[in-house]
Amino acid sequence: MIAVLIRDMRLAMRAGGGFGLGLAFFLIVVVLVPFGVGPQTALLGKIAPGILWVGALLACLLSLDRIFALDFEDGSLDLLATAPVPLEGVVAMKALAHWLTTGLPLTIAAPFLGVLLNMPQAGYGWLVVTLAVGTPALSFIGTFGAALTVGLKRGGLLLSLLVLPLYVPTLIFGAEALRLGAEGFDNVTPLLMLAGITAGVIALLPFVAAATIRINLR
Amino acid sequence: MSIWEYANPKLFMQTSGKYLPWFAGLSLITLVAGMIWGYFFTPDAENFGSSVKIIYIHVPSAFVAINAWIMMLITSLVWLIRRHHVSALAAKAAAPIGMTMTLIALFTGAIWGQPMWGTYWAWDPRLTSFLILFLFYLGYIALWEAIDDPDTAADLTSVLCLVGSVFALLSRYAVNFWSQGLHQAASLSVDKEEHVSDVYAWPLWICIIGFVLLFVALVLMRTRTEIRGRRMKALIARERVA
Repeated sequence: MIAVLIRDMRLAMRAGGGFGLGLAFFLIVVVLVPFGVGPQTALLGKIAPGILWVGALLACLLSLDRIFALDFEDGSLDLLATAPVPLEGVVAMKALAHWLTTGLPLTIAAPFLGVLLNMPQAGYGWLVVTLAVGTPALSFIGTFGAALTVGLKRGGLLLSLLVLPLYVPTLIFGAEALRLGAEGFDNVTPLLMLAGITAGVIALLPFVAAATIRINLR
Repeated sequence: MSIWEYANPKLFMQTSGKYLPWFAGLSLITLVAGMIWGYFFTPDAENFGSSVKIIYIHVPSAFVAINAWIMMLITSLVWLIRRHHVSALAAKAAAPIGMTMTLIALFTGAIWGQPMWGTYWAWDPRLTSFLILFLFYLGYIALWEAIDDPDTAADLTSVLCLVGSVFALLSRYAVNFWSQGLHQAASLSVDKEEHVSDVYAWPLWICIIGFVLLFVALVLMRTRTEIRGRRMKALIARERVA
């Protein structure tokens, strides 16, 4: 399983793996928002938490179809499915690799983009905390979505249509925890709910995703 | 005779063919009766005027929209556990009806909301969760359409329905946390005190029954169409081989 993780990380980092694409997308979304709503710093500071969360979510979404598509095409997914390692473990490792190459860099880069949006001082710590807690959930839910659409030729758009409604609770609690934190209110409840979603999703969805892949490989 | 015998498509076709006209006819009668009673023989409400009468479409369609998803959840489970094709096809047949009901509920709510709340749309928990339910229906139908192999499609959509149900419930509570409500609380209840006076409640119940019967009739009809479609495909395939 560690080998699968290392293999996926390497594939993602090397040329053509799309590492950094998500980050660049995140940057562009955040830069585009002030062009759209105007340069008033007060307004930008108010909507910064929401923009940063939505941007991170979209950047995550962008790289989802890479999780299984290439392995499905060249047949290595069949090999992984018949390997002595449980497929559930493989799926979990793939989701983890996706998080390490997408969610983690986004979390680290987010504070710098927060400056562009004039985020309130108190928000920077919470920005990192909520993204670090929430983005694993995005990766694991997305892995399930990718497993659903792996056999399809033009699965990309469908994948977003399927995954985005599933992202709603994560987005609500993540953005809410960040907003309350940035404005200096008590944000323990949404933060705990966010952590709960992440924990539950990590525990359960690899099993569902593995079952879906078995259906797709049948 | 157990309910599982209807998993046999032939028996299902026979029985559903026999009962379908009854469901359709009864739903027509109850809907007409409920609507006429509701629209012409109930007084205008004190603060709402005649606009209160949209309740006879709004509440039943919302009721059916939610219960259609629950029915899809159950039939999906039956498909995953016992692999009865009729069950999977019934889930497929119910989805567009549920989606239409969700749209009707959203639209009638918007029409009512404009004069009453002063806005067509508010990010109220109930409205928002219905919008999310609509998105779930959309994704579910799109997944059915996208996959060629019928068994794979049935499997994958069933899994999506199960996972989606969990997330739909989660969203419901998340949305409750996220925004304050503008929508009034539940209007009808079997066991608690009613918020709607009896004058309106009776025709409303009749309309709900009518909508449920309509839903059953439509699901039966669409399931029969799906089964016939399957048979046609089998026939065409056989012709090609011969």
